[in-house]
Amino acid sequence: MNHLLIAPIVLPALVAPFIIMTLRYHIDLQRIFSLASNVLLVAIALTLAVQAADGTVQVYELGDWQAPFGIVLVLDRLSAMMVLLTTLLALAVNLYAIGSKWDERGANFHALYQFQLMGIIGAFLTGDAFNLFVFFEVLLIASYGLMIHGGGARRFQAGVQYVVFNLLGSTLFLFALGTIYAVTGTLNMADLAVRVAELPAEDSALIRVGAAMLLLVFAIKASLLPLHFWLPASYANAPAPVAALFAIMTKVGAYAILRVYTLIFGPDVAVVEGLVGDWLLPAALLTVAIGAIGVLGAKEIGRLMSFGAITSVGTLLTAIALFTPEAAAAALYYAVHSTLAAAALFLVADMVRQRQGGEITPQPVMAQSGLISVLFFVAAIATAGMPPLSGFLGKLLILDAARGDTLVIWVWAVILVSSLITIMGFARAGTLIFWKSHGLQHDDTIAEPEIELEQVDQDDAPAAPRAPALPFVATFGLLAGLVALTVFAGPMTRYTTATAQDLFAPEAYIETVLANRDRPVVDPAKADGYGSDDSHDDAAQIQEEGH
Amino acid sequence: MELLLASAVGLLTAAGIYLVLRRRTFPVILGTSLLSYAVNVFLFASGRLVTNAPPILNKYEDIAYSDPLPQALVLTAIVISFGMTAVVVMVALGAFLSARNDNINMDDTAPAQGEDA
Repeated sequence: MNHLLIAPIVLPALVAPFIIMTLRYHIDLQRIFSLASNVLLVAIALTLAVQAADGTVQVYELGDWQAPFGIVLVLDRLSAMMVLLTTLLALAVNLYAIGSKWDERGANFHALYQFQLMGIIGAFLTGDAFNLFVFFEVLLIASYGLMIHGGGARRFQAGVQYVVFNLLGSTLFLFALGTIYAVTGTLNMADLAVRVAELPAEDSALIRVGAAMLLLVFAIKASLLPLHFWLPASYANAPAPVAALFAIMTKVGAYAILRVYTLIFGPDVAVVEGLVGDWLLPAALLTVAIGAIGVLGAKEIGRLMSFGAITSVGTLLTAIALFTPEAAAAALYYAVHSTLAAAALFLVADMVRQRQGGEITPQPVMAQSGLISVLFFVAAIATAGMPPLSGFLGKLLILDAARGDTLVIWVWAVILVSSLITIMGFARAGTLIFWKSHGLQHDDTIAEPEIELEQVDQDDAPAAPRAPALPFVATFGLLAGLVALTVFAGPMTRYTTATAQDLFAPEAYIETVLANRDRPVVDPAKADGYGSDDSHDDAAQIQEEGH
Repeated sequence: MELLLASAVGLLTAAGIYLVLRRRTFPVILGTSLLSYAVNVFLFASGRLVTNAPPILNKYEDIAYSDPLPQALVLTAIVISFGMTAVVVMVALGAFLSARNDNINMDDTAPAQGEDA
């Protein structure tokens, strides 16, 4: 067993309590340990990605209990890619949080941040459905703390909504898992894949209920249309670095949909036929549409970015809902792009808010206006899908992959029109925030009295205080990631294509996970009278009677 | 027993959903608690209902046993829902103390709170 597989989960799990218990009042040391842990996580994730790049599937059996009886962690191309993306995003966001001093505005930011990373990485690595639930809870409970970091009435109120919504999601997750366990007698994903495929068609009612409930849970996480109501208020009111990190949280939902509905309830599994694709695609298209309308109508920059995030997650789920290897490859490319782009947008939104507040109205020119407007422009065209950045390539790949589908007209129409509306929305916001403000200084007649007052202040002030460089470095880092994604689009799409082919041919995954299932539970040399055959029979009996 | 258990799960869920749809935080928290009780009982049932049977297999004779796995799942679920309820109570309390209002709805037209600490 390769112990490196569990390292990205154990490391933050150790660093977080260490920060709480010994560094509670030393913000500098907290920052050092949090950043060091984060850099180490990137290194581990890179190593894992290199190991997984040739398509080998590695299994880590926790406590040396073989699957399907114990919990396993599984590393394949998909999970390696998502873990690497998480750690890179987390590093940039961590730098931003330190540079902008967001981490000083409340207690325990860095400890919660590490727990959050542990939960997200664990969710990507686990090969067990119940363990997925546990890691969801780990990342959620850390996100509750991060969401209300810094306090304030509106943030707390948004926090209550966020917590309650996710508590309901967790309850639904447990109902789904209970149903699935009742039918199949297992919760290991690879074992589920084998057992669901063997289910007779007349027994499909319960498993269909379970699969549908599971889809609802992941749709809540991914903020798919009828279940997206938690997202705008939560993301707009969350502290900016937290909102930027949450860009990966919707992808956890999308990842879970992609994993579960290719591995367990795959497109050719008879008992759940027509369940997922038929519902997911229209819902995803509506999500894209509502997100674009929200971008156009937003009056506050945080909500603008939130609806931008909804649009991109809708586009991502559209690609996933097509359920073909080509579409999945496009979806993975777009997932990396949209995570980085959404995070960059939230960071830019925070820079604007720090200087002039969140309202999208013309206000006096803010400090570093030129630099911020460049960042806003790049992040906005990347999100909207304009050339030359990766958003354009991602959307192109998705449109291309949709060609064979029966709903191709709808996919093309919705994605293209909503891209146009998104561009208009971002252009409107950018114009009001960055350009109209220049007009204000020269033309006082349109300025409201309130703004004139502030203008006087600004004229009196000698010069804008120099802003710390670190937030800009972090945001530029995310945008550099987008540029790299564009430049290395060739290797990246080859990787995502190979990943998508693995997903739609999960035999290697299943065989690797279940390779040890016949290994004796009790070592015959050590235990008298308990031969390997007996213990295997007992184990099989548990599984049988679980039916 | 099946009828009793099924109706208990159904009643708890119905009451939980009704309470979650209220507009103030206290009933909503009670509702999520009821829902978590419902799901715990439901998880027990997913291992089939057996009374007075050990969760151990007997390799010498064929006697009834209860499935130990759902019991482990329920234990995990209880711990998690307990912790989550504590968190939601604290967050709701924070919201009530800072906003002087325990309404769960938010006024979306008011400015979001990103700029101040």
